[in-house]
Amino acid sequence: MKLEQLYQEIILDHYRNPHRQGLREPFDAESYQINPTCGDEVTLRVVLDGDRVADVSYDAIGCSISQAATSVLTDLVVGRTVDESKSTMNAYMEMVQSRGQVEPDEDVLQDAVAFAGVSRYPARVKCALLGWMAFKDAVGRAAAHGNGAHQSEAQ
Amino acid sequence: MTTLAAAPLTASEQEKIRADFPILSRTVRDGRPLVYLDSGATSQRPRQVLDAERAFLEQHNAAVHRGAHQLAEEATDAYESARARIATFVGVQPDEVVFTKNATEGINLVAYALSNCAFVGESAKRFVLSPGDEVVVTEMEHHANLVPWQELCRRTGATLRWYQVTDAGRLDVDSVQLSDRTKVVAFTHQSNVMGTVPPVAELVRRAHEVSALTVLDACQSVPHSPVDFAALDVDFAVFSGHKMLGPSGVGVLYGRQELLEALPPFITGGSMIELVKMEISTYAPPPQRFEAGVPMTSQAVGLGAAVDYLSEIGMDRVAAHERVLTERALAGLAEIDGVRIIGPTDVNDRGGAVSFVLRDVHAHDAGQVLDDLGIAVRVGHHCAWPLHRRFGLAATVRASFALYNTPAEVDSLLAGLQEVQRFFRVTA
Repeated sequence: MKLEQLYQEIILDHYRNPHRQGLREPFDAESYQINPTCGDEVTLRVVLDGDRVADVSYDAIGCSISQAATSVLTDLVVGRTVDESKSTMNAYMEMVQSRGQVEPDEDVLQDAVAFAGVSRYPARVKCALLGWMAFKDAVGRAAAHGNGAHQSEAQ
Repeated sequence: MTTLAAAPLTASEQEKIRADFPILSRTVRDGRPLVYLDSGATSQRPRQVLDAERAFLEQHNAAVHRGAHQLAEEATDAYESARARIATFVGVQPDEVVFTKNATEGINLVAYALSNCAFVGESAKRFVLSPGDEVVVTEMEHHANLVPWQELCRRTGATLRWYQVTDAGRLDVDSVQLSDRTKVVAFTHQSNVMGTVPPVAELVRRAHEVSALTVLDACQSVPHSPVDFAALDVDFAVFSGHKMLGPSGVGVLYGRQELLEALPPFITGGSMIELVKMEISTYAPPPQRFEAGVPMTSQAVGLGAAVDYLSEIGMDRVAAHERVLTERALAGLAEIDGVRIIGPTDVNDRGGAVSFVLRDVHAHDAGQVLDDLGIAVRVGHHCAWPLHRRFGLAATVRASFALYNTPAEVDSLLAGLQEVQRFFRVTA
């Protein structure tokens, strides 16, 4: 049954028990992304420490795929350098957009290989990318602002 | 739309109707029979419609209203015959029917024609909107009957107001007081999310009391029940071909004759002119004034065939059948723990769009499991985002019925939802 390939246990586990959920302060940059076709949304914050991703926090409304993808994202990028995170992101994006044609590298993608099944459901690819789009945008903003100038809600 | 004495379709009639729709016999997702419950988004087409389109293209195809050769004559006759039959179907005159790309374009046509009134002198002065004037819509509109009015307000400085929706999914007709400044009241004939049929007669009465124009979005009513725009006394109405067994790429704008005659065009160019000089042009009478360029032809012919198909069955019987399906769905959903219906839970003043949420399962995930079972439903906000926001929701699951659906398919949906709960381990 294809459904189990889409909703792998790892995905359902992250959906039920998401990692690093909630918005934390201070942060270097924030991104708000929305999926206009379904109304799902995510607000995601990053904290950088030099060239390392020190923390990712988020608040999201969405389906199991988008929620779990954002949770897995935090596992893959927190503690890594921005460059490492970006190459992981590129591998992930290549996989989920491949229509099942790309064999994922488990060493690079770890838990995120569970999203390989999403690539066979074109309508769900956006769900799997929503949090990553927010991460990409937030890291870009943080780099543009420069490090060490933490923002908080009050600003 | 609610007092129906007609008999629902019998089992053998249902079977006969289903046999007219080739797509309904296909399988999806590893051999599952298709259970198509997304006719609110787009309906399927019977052979009669497909055959009419093909016959037109194989025998009569030409650009209509131009050329004097035989094919041009035949194509024009087919196009105008479709217009006449469609007009009869909704109780109006052929000259009051404008073919558009879809209902969305029909609403935009009205909104842009109204703002163009500011530039055509005295003849259309009464339609000009200014700061302080009001356009009134409802909170349950499809984006197609909201965004064009937001844009009209932006262009003219008018203010947008809206009737609110109650917790039960009904329209609160006292939530807005119309005034002499109210110029347009635009509302749906049936919510594409909740199935709610608002009190059209009362809304029209109040609008006309202040001399406001009424615009009816009939996309979800015309395909499912007998509709007579003249009897409803609305000034404008729109509907789409593809939601009523017809082709995509064709929609209808109805406009009261004296209004269409007074309004300036929206899109200009060939076909819609009376006299063209290098400096200036004058325009044809309606409906041609609003049909610039070579129009869709096989699509209009196909929509004519769809109307014939529906008329032969009888819209009162279509409505009676869909009422049976809706009643069954509402009753079945009410029995599933963890399901919350958004909108009216009984069939009074209600059509066959049934939206709901499941506790602890996102609409997309529910839709995915249903899809795996061969059941096609819509998930998301169904182009009615403000309505979802009003209920504190991002997304719902929507099942929407058409004449070709069966009680057994409703049962498949209900069983499918229990499978959804099992899959996501939601304890009922």
